[in-house]
Amino acid sequence: MANEDVAVLVPVYNEARVVADVVAELVGRFGHVVCVDDGSTDGSDAAARAAGATVLRHATNLGQGAALQTAIEHALTLPDVSYLVTFDADGQHQVSDAEEMLELARREDLAIVFGSRFLDERTQAGLLKKLVLKTAVWVTNQSTGMRLTDAHNGLRVIRRDAAAGVHLTQNRMAHASEIVLQLGRTGLPWREHPVHLLYTDYSKSKGQSLLNAVNILFELTFR
Amino acid sequence: MDPTEQLVIKVLLLVGVGVATVLLTRSSAGARHQAIRRAGLVLFVIVTVAIIIQPSLVSGIARAVGVGRGTDLLLYVLAVAFVWFLAAYYGRMRAMNRQITALTRALALTQAQLRREDSA
Repeated sequence: MANEDVAVLVPVYNEARVVADVVAELVGRFGHVVCVDDGSTDGSDAAARAAGATVLRHATNLGQGAALQTAIEHALTLPDVSYLVTFDADGQHQVSDAEEMLELARREDLAIVFGSRFLDERTQAGLLKKLVLKTAVWVTNQSTGMRLTDAHNGLRVIRRDAAAGVHLTQNRMAHASEIVLQLGRTGLPWREHPVHLLYTDYSKSKGQSLLNAVNILFELTFR
Repeated sequence: MDPTEQLVIKVLLLVGVGVATVLLTRSSAGARHQAIRRAGLVLFVIVTVAIIIQPSLVSGIARAVGVGRGTDLLLYVLAVAFVWFLAAYYGRMRAMNRQITALTRALALTQAQLRREDSA
């Protein structure tokens, strides 16, 4: 297996309908598939475990940022892991994108590769969604001093040394900006890579709304 | 209305709101913080007892800081005290959230560790 030294981290919260398919696609192509079930009440943990993932369970719902931090800390206890990949459970990411990003990281000796849906024209996002996401990017760039084109993209490749510098304290949505900030502070080389997000009806029903953007702004301002 | 009217009470109330805001944006806890709160409580008890014994004191204080009636002063102070309480409560809640996060994470990581040792 080409990516034996990779742990794919999937935060899961009430995704029983889709998580098994997502995990099944990942298992066998990456050394470790780690789901952190963030206190789901719909049997997501059993579904993910049956599909072949290692499942860690939060006893109570804390938020995606907290789940991601738990997944990172678990992955760092696995001695054979060199790269961590963060991957959303709702099926909007493509495994092939993750593999391309890993190849890029290995080839160019990059510590961090961020997925961006705005580097090419494949991803079809609505006008309002674009506006929300672009605002989030702008706020993130202001506070991190980095120049990203897409801040709230769940697909990232993080090398082990960079992952050790991540200590997320924003339990809810604002963690996406926080992780960029902390990865930027490591001073390690990074790059963006174009990815294609599939906006299925399912992912749309759970996606970013305008209200969510307000929440993100508040969490970032009053932390 | 002339903004300099009732200046003393305005300044006092603004300071109260300001302190509450600072507390809101700052992490609480710590011995010093607790000491200040306890001193405040003692002060509160002394003032309350004095007012109960001699109710006309409130009107006297109100006039002294430029408020017409004692009941108005009580309302103002109550409003500031409420915001103050909210600030303290918010800080406590955030600290508790951090603790719950740490606990939940430790539990999840330990369970994973145990399962790995079982299967090994």
